[in-house]
Amino acid sequence: MKGFLLSFRSEFYKSRKTIGFWGAVLLPLLISLLALAIFYFKSEKFIAMPALALWIQFALVSLGVMGTLLLPVFIIFIGYSVNSVEHRADTWKTLFSLPISRWSVYGAKFAYAVFLVFLCLDLFVLFTISFGNLLSVIKPELKFNTYHLEWELTQIYFKLFLSSLGVLSIQFLMSLLWSDFMKPMGIGLVLTIVGITAASKDWEYAYLMPYAHPMEALQSMFRGQKGPARDIVINVFTKDIYVSVAVAVVVFIAGYFIVQRRSVK
Amino acid sequence: MVIRTEGLSYSFGSQQVVKSLSLQVPQGSIYGFLGPNGAGKTTTIKMLLNLLKTGEGSIFVFDKELQTNRIAILKEIGSLIEQPAIYAHMSGRENLLNRAMLLGVNDARVDEMLALVKLSNAAHKKTGQYSLGMKQRLGIALALLSDPKLLILDEPTNGLDPNGIIEIRELLVRLTREHDKTVFISSHLLAEIERMATHVGIINHGEMLFQGSIDDLQAISQPLVYIETDNTVDAANLLTRNGYEVADVNNDSLTVPFTSKKQMGVINGLLNQNGVTVFAINKQQKDLENLFLSITKSN
Repeated sequence: MKGFLLSFRSEFYKSRKTIGFWGAVLLPLLISLLALAIFYFKSEKFIAMPALALWIQFALVSLGVMGTLLLPVFIIFIGYSVNSVEHRADTWKTLFSLPISRWSVYGAKFAYAVFLVFLCLDLFVLFTISFGNLLSVIKPELKFNTYHLEWELTQIYFKLFLSSLGVLSIQFLMSLLWSDFMKPMGIGLVLTIVGITAASKDWEYAYLMPYAHPMEALQSMFRGQKGPARDIVINVFTKDIYVSVAVAVVVFIAGYFIVQRRSVK
Repeated sequence: MVIRTEGLSYSFGSQQVVKSLSLQVPQGSIYGFLGPNGAGKTTTIKMLLNLLKTGEGSIFVFDKELQTNRIAILKEIGSLIEQPAIYAHMSGRENLLNRAMLLGVNDARVDEMLALVKLSNAAHKKTGQYSLGMKQRLGIALALLSDPKLLILDEPTNGLDPNGIIEIRELLVRLTREHDKTVFISSHLLAEIERMATHVGIINHGEMLFQGSIDDLQAISQPLVYIETDNTVDAANLLTRNGYEVADVNNDSLTVPFTSKKQMGVINGLLNQNGVTVFAINKQQKDLENLFLSITKSN
């Protein structure tokens, strides 16, 4: 356990000056700032809305882009960035000749990738809530302060987080095994497009495809409405989420056995 | 024995790169692991660090079997394999701090190591901007960080300038003499190993050709006296008449087996007195290729 914690800390130490880590912070900040700007400059469009619908519209600026293409691309990028640190510096051989079990080294790396995705989605919640409340101060005609969406939003992003785990585990393993970016990126993008297509066409087996899960998760919460979404139905633990978590667990364990048996270059 | 292997073999696919190697590395020694590029040195080192799954045979480090005592053994080893593994986006000091964190080593040791390899002034510079020699020195600092009992260094003087090579050599000698460390060092340069090693293993095509103390090696690797004169044929005849065995003659130079420095002086005097102008006379080590020939002959 000590080896795992040390490795996890080291992952943070290594990444704290890289785009991999800052991407997880800047992405939610920039998108939330964009939402803030839209609502600030186009406030007249939203004044008439009831508070809940207002919050939903506000949150959907981020959720919309994240739930479709951006989250899978971000995950592809995170899976790559935590592994490329070692590929580029040729440090796999040093990592695996440390007096730390291979399990800890591998587990900590995976856990750190999961942590970055979690951090990113967490910050989306934080920035959305903060900027919404900020808007009700600087634009009092937008009545954000009359409704509290914190709990719902936390649930939504938690579901999105769980839905991303399957994709993350696959991307992580591909990036671990291949040093060049093009393979995991190319395969990941193709699968993402297939997944998005399947989810958006409501294909009945889309829930079995990890790359369809982020979009499935989002659709399940904002479906069945014509025009702008005004209401949400939150059910975190749906079958696609179970599939996503199961895929993550299986791929993670399979990855460990691959690492264990593989010779280090 | 600090390292002992028995019948160690390894194959990449159908190509066998290490053949039934039996290493014997005594405690407190500087063991020079000598062989040309592609002889199987790095593969052997990676097996010693459990990075490659041992094909056949067994490895004992500190008298413990490697597979079953992996972590306990790795705790006592510092290593540098091929080019040093350094994170280019971090400074030299950060690279050491990161490793110190993983090894549970005190931060003060980091600055000690930086001073030891003379990188204190470049400690805060990104290692991406380091020269090859600086990277190599940082790699050595990383290997020494946990104060390991055994150092495994793969071609550590690659890319170092002559001063750097001398410093590393002196450091390794000091570590073994004063701190009772054992150093396992690979190289493709015979001269470099001869200057510091106490024990030598010579490997070619994955096979051990020679293993023993440096004195045993010197008995095989007899150095030569290299002489340049204005007339090599006359010089050769003259030396032969005076009881010297001439090993080789060509248009520019001739060689005679080396026995002592005094003998070199005698040869020089003899040639001069007989009207042969000597342009150069010096002691020459056999290169690895010639050494291989002598070893194969003597076997």
